[in-house]
Amino acid sequence: MVKTLAQTGTSAMAAAMRQINPDVVAAYPITPQTAIVEEFSQMVADGAVKAELVQVESEHSAMSACIGASAAGSRVMTATSSAGLALMWEVLYVAAGCRTPVIMPMVNRALSAPINIHCDHSDSMGARDAGWIQIFSENAQEAYDNLLQAVRIGEHKDVRLPAMVMMDGFITSHAIERFDILDDGEAAKFVGDYEAINPLLDVDNPVTHGPFDLFDYYFEHKRGQAEAMNHVKDVALKVAQEYAAVSGRQYGLFKTYQLKDAEVAVVVLSSTAGTARTVVNKLRAAGVKAGLLVPRLFRPFPALEIAESLSHLKAIAVMDRSDSFSTLGGPLFIETSHALYDLGKNIPTVDYIFGLGGRDTGPDQIEEVYSDLQDIVNTGKVKELVNYIGVRE
Amino acid sequence: MASLKDIARQKPRLASGHRLCPGCGASIAVNQVLHAINYPVVVTSATGCLEVSTTPFPYTSWEVPFIHSAFENAAATISGVEAAYNSLKRQGKISKDIKFLAFGGDGGTYDIGFQALSGAVERGHDFLYICYDNGAYMNTGIQRSGATPVGAATTTAPPGKESYGKVQRRKDITQIMAAHQIPYTAQASVSYWKDLMRKVEKAMEIEGPKFINVLSPCPRGWRSIDGQSISLAKEAVLSCFWPLYEVEDGNKWKVNVKPREEQKTPVAEWFKKQGRFKHLFKPGNEQVLENIQAEIDDQWQRLLAKEAASPKEQ
Repeated sequence: MVKTLAQTGTSAMAAAMRQINPDVVAAYPITPQTAIVEEFSQMVADGAVKAELVQVESEHSAMSACIGASAAGSRVMTATSSAGLALMWEVLYVAAGCRTPVIMPMVNRALSAPINIHCDHSDSMGARDAGWIQIFSENAQEAYDNLLQAVRIGEHKDVRLPAMVMMDGFITSHAIERFDILDDGEAAKFVGDYEAINPLLDVDNPVTHGPFDLFDYYFEHKRGQAEAMNHVKDVALKVAQEYAAVSGRQYGLFKTYQLKDAEVAVVVLSSTAGTARTVVNKLRAAGVKAGLLVPRLFRPFPALEIAESLSHLKAIAVMDRSDSFSTLGGPLFIETSHALYDLGKNIPTVDYIFGLGGRDTGPDQIEEVYSDLQDIVNTGKVKELVNYIGVRE
Repeated sequence: MASLKDIARQKPRLASGHRLCPGCGASIAVNQVLHAINYPVVVTSATGCLEVSTTPFPYTSWEVPFIHSAFENAAATISGVEAAYNSLKRQGKISKDIKFLAFGGDGGTYDIGFQALSGAVERGHDFLYICYDNGAYMNTGIQRSGATPVGAATTTAPPGKESYGKVQRRKDITQIMAAHQIPYTAQASVSYWKDLMRKVEKAMEIEGPKFINVLSPCPRGWRSIDGQSISLAKEAVLSCFWPLYEVEDGNKWKVNVKPREEQKTPVAEWFKKQGRFKHLFKPGNEQVLENIQAEIDDQWQRLLAKEAASPKEQ
């Protein structure tokens, strides 16, 4: 039976963790992720879950313990934010390279300096090339749903890659929202049992994990990793289908809103999509053909599918909640422009970097973005390729 | 403990054919450790000579399950393996008694891996950590580490007009680990195989975190003759540079080898056989040698005092 809850985003993640019921959780506290691990620790203390909880002394050790526990043959989770993810950087690559399907809720928070605890996406964007599957969530419901699905995607035999599921720090993590969770039995059935491959704990069949590769094998192992990533889109769609059957909620590689007949559209990740949707409604009421595309899967990036969905537009604005400091815009803009170029579409596409360090981004700002897009359509001219909004210049 | 004959008949758990140098103490230490363990065992190693030389894909020397993850995280990695074991055992998915072993060189233990090691023993995981201490970052070409002895030449603390090599004293990691008040800490040397194996056997029967620091000569870094590694490791003990001792629960200290006065080797004698200390014998460095000897004598007296102050066995 479906249960409806009114709780915070971190509670939604913790609820999913309880139902996934991993064998090992190794984690370190960091704002705003802490609430997930606190809640999970209480579940361990109450005997509500079976996990062995390893309260490590750093995020680097959290991920290292996860790699060891996963290679040992168990289902493993951790959770982090911001500097925690940055400290994991080295071992994120090890987790992917060792093909240990660690599952990690990631509560987005800005990176230092200056130190700031509020939301932007610079943390997970910094890890975008680490070989992890990256799934972004707009709200608590999606965070819960995505976490359950991430287990199935990451552990799939054609994939075997670690996966992180993002939600916006404070905006989603600490706001109380209504969301539905599956019945415990249904969730357990959906997630299924963990299938270990060559586990260390199979002492009768000793295997060496994490060996030393020279120029004669390293490249093949990396190529294998790339191929595994190539399988993710199909697996994610199949898992989403199965999930729809038990939850009634549909997931794809991304979501669209009023996009089909739109002339101008915004591409944006996570909680800002909700604000953008209200702006689309307002503009539509005023006769503006505005649309919206919200990527769910960022790694791998569903380039062709996104470009095809945007191919009929007259102007596109990508909104990036992080800067790449390449002077060419944020990561989402770079990926989206690339995708459009590959499809042979020369649609004026501009970037808006917004909301860094938790700066509030209201409907007015997004309306401005759509208004800029209309100017581009009317004049055929792009004034600035990379724009910063909601900031004192 | 098994007799030497029995040990020789045991199937080695670190197969020959690995690529460690002749005279390297690491493989000797690993073999002595593994021969002393009569349980199924899962092993991890920090990045370093041991790891790169024993696992060049598609080959492996490890006849036991083995994982390498990174340089600074051997203790964290084995924490995860042990946690998985506890979880699966509790769930009835594993029935065997399995032991957990981590190896790290001095760089991976004293320096970059110290935080992970300290954290893992504080959490009380049931594992044995073996540091094979050869006194520098040998794998990357003899750079100074927190374990490099005063006066030794390394590529990053070379002797020169203004320097006699490493000027700082070693970090005493064994005593630091004992200060964590873990159930068992020891110092051993590959030259005293019986002592080393007895310590490992003892550690295997103690629940919780255990740490053994093993002196492991490196002919490349010590600039010594490869056939002399074992005798050098012995002289290190007899000079009191590397005392053999064990500590239970951080407060019961026992010194295992106490060289008689006539046995005691002046540290200069030990230094002379190693090119890394060659410059100390040039005129002008007499005081440095004297200071080093005085420091070793002082540390030795302090160690004996700790043993004397320990609670007596019941």
